[in-house]
Amino acid sequence: MAVRIQTEPFDPGAETNLFLEASQGAGAAVTFTGLVRSDPRAALTTLTLETYKEMAISQITALEAEAVARFGLLRSTVIHRYGALRPGEPIVQVMTLAPHRQAAFEAAQFLMDHLKTDAPFWKKESGVHGDHWVEHNGGDDDAKKRWERYDKRE
Amino acid sequence: MKILYFAWLRERLDRGEEEVSPPADVRTIADLIGWLRSRDEAADLAMQKPEIIRAAIDKKIVPHTAPIAGAAVVALFPPMTGG
Repeated sequence: MAVRIQTEPFDPGAETNLFLEASQGAGAAVTFTGLVRSDPRAALTTLTLETYKEMAISQITALEAEAVARFGLLRSTVIHRYGALRPGEPIVQVMTLAPHRQAAFEAAQFLMDHLKTDAPFWKKESGVHGDHWVEHNGGDDDAKKRWERYDKRE
Repeated sequence: MKILYFAWLRERLDRGEEEVSPPADVRTIADLIGWLRSRDEAADLAMQKPEIIRAAIDKKIVPHTAPIAGAAVVALFPPMTGG
């Protein structure tokens, strides 16, 4: 399990290859990469991410432990950047390794859905029309709540 | 006790952290927010909708009903928008 909270850019492909090199004979690996969106109508120039780094590390570490318990995850790595980012740059990468694909897919989605609402990061968009803090998206809460319904179904 | 502020809350207060000693009747996060608001106008304005402020005690997210006794670091911030 690994959590990296960093300002430096990362190479999504190189990170995936490194992750796969230590696959321990597992059958399934999933990589999700989140990018800074670029909308020609909104003309975003910079996306600045603020973090409470110590809390982000402990929060995501606890989430990984939960994913191991729930899905039988063998290993995961979460990389999340903060600081000033440009459109098209990777913000976040979640990689999961499991014996089979379902666990690898579900664990990656579980980690992302919880990270969106529970990990201490805040986005500020800067563009030609000035700066503004991105508002919390209610859809992210719904995405996280799906996992509670999933629990009840089991 | 140390208080940390993040994102627009930090900007509106013009400070990222401060050391405070709340009186004994300030028992919960909700009490703490009320007390911080009573101390200065910027804090009163920044937290005029206390229900949207989220809180963490010693790096763990807590509800506004959580007791603050024994807390070393309390963080106050808007809803997260990472990922």
